[in-house]
Amino acid sequence: MIETPPALAATAGGSLLVLAILAPVAGILLSFALGGRFAERVALGLTPIGLAIAFAIAALVWRSGAPLVYNVAGLPPPLGIALRADGISCVMLAAAALVIAAAAFYARANFATPKGVMEARAPLAFWILVQAVWAALTILFVGGDLFNLYVALELLTFAAVPLVCLSGKPETLVAALRYLMFALFGSVFYLLGAALLYGAYGTLDIVLLAERMRALPAVWLAAGLMTAGLLAKTALFPLHLWLPPAHANAPAAASAVLSGLVVKGSFFLTVRLWFYVLPALPGGAAEAVLGTLGSAAVLFGSVLALRQERLKLLIAYSTLAQIGYLFLIFPLASGAHPWVADGWSGGIMQTLSHAFAKAAMFMSAGLLAESLGHDRIAEFAGAGRAMPATFFALGLGGLSLMGLPPSGGFAAKWLLLRASVAAGQWSWAIVMLAGGLLAAGYVYRILAPALSAGAIVLEAPPQRSREAIALALAIVAAALGFAPQSFFDFLEVGRAAATALR
Amino acid sequence: MSASTLAGLVGAALVGLGLYGFIVSPQPLRKILAFNLIGNGAFLVFGIVARKGAAAGFPFDPVPQAMVITGIVVAFAASALAAALILRLQEETGNVLLDSDAPAKPPGDEAGAS
Repeated sequence: MIETPPALAATAGGSLLVLAILAPVAGILLSFALGGRFAERVALGLTPIGLAIAFAIAALVWRSGAPLVYNVAGLPPPLGIALRADGISCVMLAAAALVIAAAAFYARANFATPKGVMEARAPLAFWILVQAVWAALTILFVGGDLFNLYVALELLTFAAVPLVCLSGKPETLVAALRYLMFALFGSVFYLLGAALLYGAYGTLDIVLLAERMRALPAVWLAAGLMTAGLLAKTALFPLHLWLPPAHANAPAAASAVLSGLVVKGSFFLTVRLWFYVLPALPGGAAEAVLGTLGSAAVLFGSVLALRQERLKLLIAYSTLAQIGYLFLIFPLASGAHPWVADGWSGGIMQTLSHAFAKAAMFMSAGLLAESLGHDRIAEFAGAGRAMPATFFALGLGGLSLMGLPPSGGFAAKWLLLRASVAAGQWSWAIVMLAGGLLAAGYVYRILAPALSAGAIVLEAPPQRSREAIALALAIVAAALGFAPQSFFDFLEVGRAAATALR
Repeated sequence: MSASTLAGLVGAALVGLGLYGFIVSPQPLRKILAFNLIGNGAFLVFGIVARKGAAAGFPFDPVPQAMVITGIVVAFAASALAAALILRLQEETGNVLLDSDAPAKPPGDEAGAS
């Protein structure tokens, strides 16, 4: 019997990770088997269970200060496949559970199976797909093997693409097809990179790869291919063309999940790749390229958001810009400098606060569109008085996008700013400040007409409970701004081992 | 030239050809075919990797083969999903080019569908 090295050994409570994956998968199967309105009940019933599992995992990791590890079938890598939950996995699991739960309860009004019918196509598809997104994200956040992660990435795509075209309208079909094309390009490039890495090292386990990593030409090629693929799935400029139509045309609850969570799945994998698999590479130039693309996305996405006539498109373009900020984590959190902790915390905080803020904004936009019958910003005059809670949620989410205190977005951008100043990398700081100003511009463009005087006739007043869900998410995004230092220490759990190899 | 080198070159050529078709062709169906070409190139690379496992004492490394099988299943599912979307789009608009943002058929007009 070969002794398992401590880095690969399973830890107590690791089976919770299996449970976290199995819960939504069981939900999908049950929804299929029972069908009809049971799909909705299964999905809604699952949300508190999933939330409880996510928070239990986080509590275990918080208490032990070490990642949770489970080896499938008891076989440690390289033979077996490991599931690992470190600090960032835990926060992403919790964020995913919260946003999915909110989206599910928000979606009840749109995707209830109509009375008198046993089963309707769109509701059944929605409830199954939303659980599938959840399952895929969970595997992405805890997967410890690059091929396993490839499968998770594909599951995520297959669940996310049909969410775009649930209504079956031609423009949504075009958007979904274009999304799928970019995603397929991304997946096949990721797969090719994985093949090269396996060829070089004979394993795809993240911990083992990081230990064996050397700057071989094959590794550089693999890193380039995988990164390009992941960028296409994350919609980083200039591979962003698919995102605005896809996110703007999807139903509001689906947009919230797509914009808040799904693009973060492939971003999370990019972070895993560069900070956990490839930390041994002298990646200064590559990280600068990622940061530059991110900066371009911030400016380009914000300027386009400023020019949109429709609210949902504006919010979708703002997602492009906010994704750009995420990629500043690569130049600002790599290396062995004192400022990298700030860069790391800022990048992850931006991921979290954007997930909540953007989900809240898409949900509010959905309520507005339902109540007004349109989402043309120019005709919002007086809407602020008619739907105060909806606009409050929009404004609070917008606060986080701009990076004004008190909000998670402020904490994120402040940390990133501090890191870039400490590192002497001023160009990122200028981009962040310009991005903040532009964000203030597009949020003002939403709120100013809405708060001006005007008579408006609501087709139907928004449901209080759905307004409350959107507002609750916006409040979470704002409350993240008060995260204590211990939260940022938590984000470092499992990262120290990876950076020590550098 | 050994068989492995030849297979590697063929794999690279498939990826290159597929990528060219994927970017240049405006028709989604051709894009799917190109995607499958790239995928097959990647599977060939996996095949060579499996052969390399022989150097590590295995007669033939089975792990890449398992990955190729999974990859084929995924690529098949992806192609099926894309084909279903294209068919639906054809039903709705009679037009399957991704270039035009505006669908050919105005809403409510059923005559355009065939």
